[in-house]
Amino acid sequence: MSKKRNFFTQLYDQRMSYIFVAPAILLFLIFVVGPLIASFYWSFTEFNGLQSAKWVGVENYKNIFFHDPRFWKSVRNTVFYTIGVIPPGVILSLLLAIGVDQQIRFKNFFRVIYFIPTVTSVIALSVIWKWLFAGEKYGLINYVLILIGLKPIDWLMSPFWTLPAIMIMSIWAGVGYNMILFLAGLQTIPTTVYEAAEIDGANMWDKFWHITLPLLKPTMVFVVIMGFIASFQVFERIYVMTESEFGIGGVLDSALTVVAYLYDMGFRKFQMGYASALGYIVFIVIFLITIINMKFVKSKIEY
Amino acid sequence: MKSIKFQGITIKAVIYTFLFIGAISMAIPYLWMFVTSIKPIEEIQSYPPSFIVKNPTTLPYQDLFRLIPMWRYIWNSIFVAATVTIANLFFCSLAGYAFAKHKFWGRDKMFFMLLGSLMIPWQVNLISGFILMKKLGWLNSYNSLIIPVMAGVFGIFLCKQFIMSIPDDLIDAAKIDGCGEFTIYRLVILPLIKPVLATLAIFTFLQQWNNFIWPLIVINSSHMRTLPLALAVLNGQFGTNFAMVMAGAVVATTPMLVVFLAFQKYFMKGIAMTGLKG
Repeated sequence: MSKKRNFFTQLYDQRMSYIFVAPAILLFLIFVVGPLIASFYWSFTEFNGLQSAKWVGVENYKNIFFHDPRFWKSVRNTVFYTIGVIPPGVILSLLLAIGVDQQIRFKNFFRVIYFIPTVTSVIALSVIWKWLFAGEKYGLINYVLILIGLKPIDWLMSPFWTLPAIMIMSIWAGVGYNMILFLAGLQTIPTTVYEAAEIDGANMWDKFWHITLPLLKPTMVFVVIMGFIASFQVFERIYVMTESEFGIGGVLDSALTVVAYLYDMGFRKFQMGYASALGYIVFIVIFLITIINMKFVKSKIEY
Repeated sequence: MKSIKFQGITIKAVIYTFLFIGAISMAIPYLWMFVTSIKPIEEIQSYPPSFIVKNPTTLPYQDLFRLIPMWRYIWNSIFVAATVTIANLFFCSLAGYAFAKHKFWGRDKMFFMLLGSLMIPWQVNLISGFILMKKLGWLNSYNSLIIPVMAGVFGIFLCKQFIMSIPDDLIDAAKIDGCGEFTIYRLVILPLIKPVLATLAIFTFLQQWNNFIWPLIVINSSHMRTLPLALAVLNGQFGTNFAMVMAGAVVATTPMLVVFLAFQKYFMKGIAMTGLKG
């Protein structure tokens, strides 16, 4: 009894602490935990957002995995997008980082200009690139293609080229952000290592392959994992660049990604139970990627 | 401090060429956006496309502000981003202080629960978040844009980490002088954590200014849109009027660009420090 009273006195003594964390915790419970539980429940129901939800068990998940070609198409597109964006993006940004890390002029100018897309809204970037990819001949990119003797491409109207067009924009938009991360990584490599290698007679390629790359591995893993997570969630650029009166995702769903499909099911077709199940699938995949991330780069997560 | 060094004239030339080509390809889309936004219609569809505007016009901007309530959108964006930022600075530092320096029952459990939620992707709460806003009657209001994001978990984490490095002696000394907990927070902690608050402010503002998907689902009525949402709608409705859409893109992009150019050091330091993206 007295132990219990002690406990409550203690709580009372700590009341200021609880008052300090209360706003954050309350907001978190109401707007994160609550919805998380609700969508878990709804993922097992048929629910259109208006009438009350009807329990259907694992039907949604079963349909998604076994009877839904659109889902698998969106998975394929997402994987294709990820594979197409990450390797070129990582290589380019690493080269840029090494480039601006040299003793050169206009160093700051380069850093700033590569970084600009990171602070621009994806919506603005997407409308600009939609215009760059536009129509037969007055689109700037097609004009360049004609100039160098190639045929113009109807980028955003062609089932083949829609996703590559969006991937090109994504690589362009992402290099500056990754460059800054690589730059930070390069700064952590001690000069003494290079000096020691020089004394041993290493040339600059030796140094790059045997010192820079291996010692950049933590940054590399971080950049790749962050890239995976971002690619898996890609939505806004798909929305803007492929929106038409028929919905989003481009001709024949050629650029329909998983999250675009989730949005389409939830907010265009109002199958909110089904969309909740899709949301949980995204959640689980990203959760797994994050766990792998933490295993890999434990030392990196110290912020 | 500098890492790998490449020497020799040829190598330098290759590096400069690479960096300059890269820089040009970074600049061209922005330049093209601006050039298009001041072109009259005939010039937009003329062939070959040109970066030189023969008869510059402000008509696309006039159309933009005449046909849609652009001032209202600018205001919505500023108001939402500023309010969310101020709220985050306050709530995150307050909670961060308690988590860092106070001992209370359940502290670590609560903190790890918050931290764990960083792994939750927003998509999973898209549907249920929308339904919750609907139930609360917050659709088409500032409430839905502001209240759910007033205390971001990452901000709490950032503040907590930073405040832990403040020596306990400072806090004890203030206590001995008779300061209450809130006074300590206000007079001791806040002044010491200005750098981290600056980082947090920049990223929160940027994130909110560019936020799209949440406004997309909770805002329906035309006068409540924020700039990115307005731009997407503009793109859907007036997609063929490229000059006007590009004018909209200029309006949505320029403020952030100016802020970035003014504070670029903080931006890049913040990214390198936190791995956080706008």
